[in-house]
Amino acid sequence: MKFGVVVFPGSNCDHDAYHAIENVLKQPVEFIWHQSEDLANCDAVILPGGFSYGDYLRTGAIARFSPVMKSVERFARSGGLVLGICNGFQILLEAGLLPGAMMRNAGLRFICRHVYIRVEQTDTPFTNTAGKGHILKIPIAHSDGNYTADETSLEQLEKNRQIIFRYTTADGTGDTAGNPNGSMHNIAGICNRERNVAGLMPHPERAVEAALGSAGGLVIFRSMIEALVSSARATA
Amino acid sequence: MATVSTEIKVTAAIAAEHGITPEEYARIQQILGREPNITELGIFSVMWSEHCSYKSSKVHLKRLPTRGPQVVQGPGENAGVADIGDGLVAAFKIESHNHPSYVEPFQGATTGVGGILRDIFTMGAQPIAVLDSLRFGPIVAGHGGSEADAAKNRRVLDGVVRGIANYGNCFGVPTVGGEVGFEPCYSANPLVNALALGIAKREELFFARARGAGNPVIYVGAKTGRDGIHGASLLASAEFTEESQQKRPNVQVGDPFMEKLLLEACLEAMHTGAVVAIQDMGAAGLTCSTCEMASRGGTGIEIDLARVPQRETGMTPYEIMLSESQERMLLVAEKGREREVLDIFAKWGLDAVVVGKVTAGGMLRVKHHGILAAEIPAHPLAEEGPVYQRPMAPPAPRKETPTDWFRFSPEGANLTENFRKLLASPAIASKRWIIEQYDYMVRTNTLVVPGAGDAAVVRVKGTKRALALSTDGNGRWCQLNPRLGAMHAVAEAARNVATSGARPIAATNCLNFGSPEKPEVMWQFRESIDGLAEACTALGTPITGGNVSFYNETLGKSICPTPIVGILGVIEDADRTLKMAFREEKDVIVLLDGSPPVVGAQHAAPLLGTEHEFSSSEYAKTIAGIVAGDPPAIDLAAEKRLQDCLVALAAAGAVHSAHDISDGGLAVTLAESCFTSVCSSEGAQHVAPLLGASVGLDDTAPAECALFGERGGRAVVSAAPSSIARVLEIARQYGVAAREIGSITLGGDFRIDIQGRAVIRSPLDSLRDAWANSLEKAIALR
Repeated sequence: MKFGVVVFPGSNCDHDAYHAIENVLKQPVEFIWHQSEDLANCDAVILPGGFSYGDYLRTGAIARFSPVMKSVERFARSGGLVLGICNGFQILLEAGLLPGAMMRNAGLRFICRHVYIRVEQTDTPFTNTAGKGHILKIPIAHSDGNYTADETSLEQLEKNRQIIFRYTTADGTGDTAGNPNGSMHNIAGICNRERNVAGLMPHPERAVEAALGSAGGLVIFRSMIEALVSSARATA
Repeated sequence: MATVSTEIKVTAAIAAEHGITPEEYARIQQILGREPNITELGIFSVMWSEHCSYKSSKVHLKRLPTRGPQVVQGPGENAGVADIGDGLVAAFKIESHNHPSYVEPFQGATTGVGGILRDIFTMGAQPIAVLDSLRFGPIVAGHGGSEADAAKNRRVLDGVVRGIANYGNCFGVPTVGGEVGFEPCYSANPLVNALALGIAKREELFFARARGAGNPVIYVGAKTGRDGIHGASLLASAEFTEESQQKRPNVQVGDPFMEKLLLEACLEAMHTGAVVAIQDMGAAGLTCSTCEMASRGGTGIEIDLARVPQRETGMTPYEIMLSESQERMLLVAEKGREREVLDIFAKWGLDAVVVGKVTAGGMLRVKHHGILAAEIPAHPLAEEGPVYQRPMAPPAPRKETPTDWFRFSPEGANLTENFRKLLASPAIASKRWIIEQYDYMVRTNTLVVPGAGDAAVVRVKGTKRALALSTDGNGRWCQLNPRLGAMHAVAEAARNVATSGARPIAATNCLNFGSPEKPEVMWQFRESIDGLAEACTALGTPITGGNVSFYNETLGKSICPTPIVGILGVIEDADRTLKMAFREEKDVIVLLDGSPPVVGAQHAAPLLGTEHEFSSSEYAKTIAGIVAGDPPAIDLAAEKRLQDCLVALAAAGAVHSAHDISDGGLAVTLAESCFTSVCSSEGAQHVAPLLGASVGLDDTAPAECALFGERGGRAVVSAAPSSIARVLEIARQYGVAAREIGSITLGGDFRIDIQGRAVIRSPLDSLRDAWANSLEKAIALR
């Protein structure tokens, strides 16, 4: 089993994702350069946070056209696990691998703080070891996390249970109160219909060690490992 | 003499326009043995500007302590470097970007952060943290300040914060701390001082010394444009007038994405071993980087401007040499290995061009399309600039009588409402609104996030260690007494670092003052330097670098002298890091005091000062609008005892929290440890309840003095009842007085009694609301 972390020019959470997987989860991991079309036989691909290509024009809009994204799209369409974190989520939206778009945060400012998100679905490779309704404390750090989609897409997302994380308060009672950026339906993270591609604005790679304030992100990586292990077992 | 191009004939008037005095001009003629051409005059004018040459400060800076076994590199390089153990070193430096930030707050602050980051990675160090020390005029009207001024100050604050956020967040370095202060003197001259910290392996450090005649000189990064000509050098070397807003074109424009690429490419190139020397192009751009690298290396440099990547057409040699376009570097590579270096920059999509070579003989030669545009001996240009012993005179003595001083409330008065007001004042209130606009977590090293401790703490991955950093400086105190105020800046920064459990090891400083041409400003400068020197020596924190910022004045009015001190400390075991938050109900609250017990006095702690001393406090300013008297007396030996004791308590794991006593005094310290306790639950499903405090003091001094007095050398720690004997024993070993003053409670109450009478009593929530939200409310005012 091997994770790949894509490095775009301007990625700045690439090393954090790498550190989380290698040193905390003790799994093999490799960087994948944005100009490479070779995913180096990785079993799961992470698009990390940052400001790819400076995020000029629109967040993720330029990265979406980089050579590596052709391979990532192919990998995703063939069922490979792809997790987009923050800027990585924005890139997945631009690439059309996930529906919707990002607008500026409702307060029009960058926000960095710990937030609480509820696990809404557990039948995904990103949440299979979490309990349904489980609340995770994970930090956000973004200017453009205000998830937006048209009515039909939102209906589809709800109907197909693609909304996997929703903002809420610490006790899980106030989703709107816990929403830091104005995202529609308090969406923090979604997956595709096939459930192998997911994106979320919070940074699970920053929440894998209690010394840094929270280990709420561990469950997401552990779920991915579990999914890869059981699919390996199934094909063995 | 070779042919030298002369577009414009240099005259005495043109020299004067460049800020060059007749004496300086004569010295230039002497160095060259002829008249300078316009390009050469421009080069001299920026190198000999106050900003680049330190001509007014040099004679005083020599008195600062700069040596110690832990100092790997003192002042004179791009950044100072200290040994942090495990074969690693920390490169760190603070620098001002005051004038650009007033002219254009967003870009000014942005390029301030960009510049200091380049200074760090130029040393071969990976930047891991940024702190910002900011000063603005009052953001709420009152005590004589107008609403129009307050509104303007809010706009400047907003622009500066957005600028810092824009650059640091995109670059991918966490903004982990700093401080924000408000005084009327900064209304027309805000201060933006940015500190950056990086780490490197000791043997992989890089220096800006051009060596090896024949080695290629390579220009990398952004293209050169006409922006920022005379930016830092001119903006920062003259005071402001009403026309200063017209200097907007002189402000540089930053591109954090470009700098991020530059960082990655430079560090990668440095690792090849093909790079001999490197320097960033900051103030005075290509001029400064060429002549300084040559001068330090004992060599010369020859460059051809036609090869310099340019953003605009038709730029003259004068413009190219003086441009302060951002995100550019100049490096010297080993002859024959330039391809390796150029390939790395190409990989990152950056311009990299061989523009010249290192030469023997010490001459800086600038060619443009085959014509010699400038020819100047590098060493005299870089190092033999004018040095001034400016006249000094103390300002006229303040005519103060006891009636100008703060008058204490009558005995037994309830001080809860005043306390609430103090907590809500912008200086004391939570800075959350600012902090959350910065990414303070990227790189996943931040153990103590902004607002959670007195110092920022970042771990060093791959080791057990962590680094603590704090910036401090109190302009109001320095105005009242520059020597004492400067000593307090050092003492507080070091105390903050020690409070986190780190041993303070080295300092950097940013000296913000008015015009050096005023004798009273130079007197303030001298006094401050002597205060810094004394305190840094006493506390074992040599100064490894920094920056002097003069001419902080508008329409002839100077700012308060504001030396900002940044102190770096090392925590041997990162797991023993301390924060300010109270952690457990029933823990005992202990007041530590480094001052020796007064013999024969009734109480362990000496009397907490007088009306005179108290008149300089945050409380006197906020409650009564009084700024008078003197800063608290300082006892550096007591300060050192306290700091050593705090480090020992942390290392022994004897205490649960530690928080120093500073602005707003003991009451604010206690309240902040309660307010932050809510955040201490880690990864839990629920938020831990807010912990309260019940404290009883037996001071005989006036209650306001005991609660809000700002004498240094003190801190509050909390410990489990079972650990108290150990805490008291460690304190005794270090000669620090330790008093059990209360305990941590559940139930959301905050209470301080003095001699059995409640002087502050309030539900914690209402105090917290005043403290937590007032800054945001103030900013939202229209």
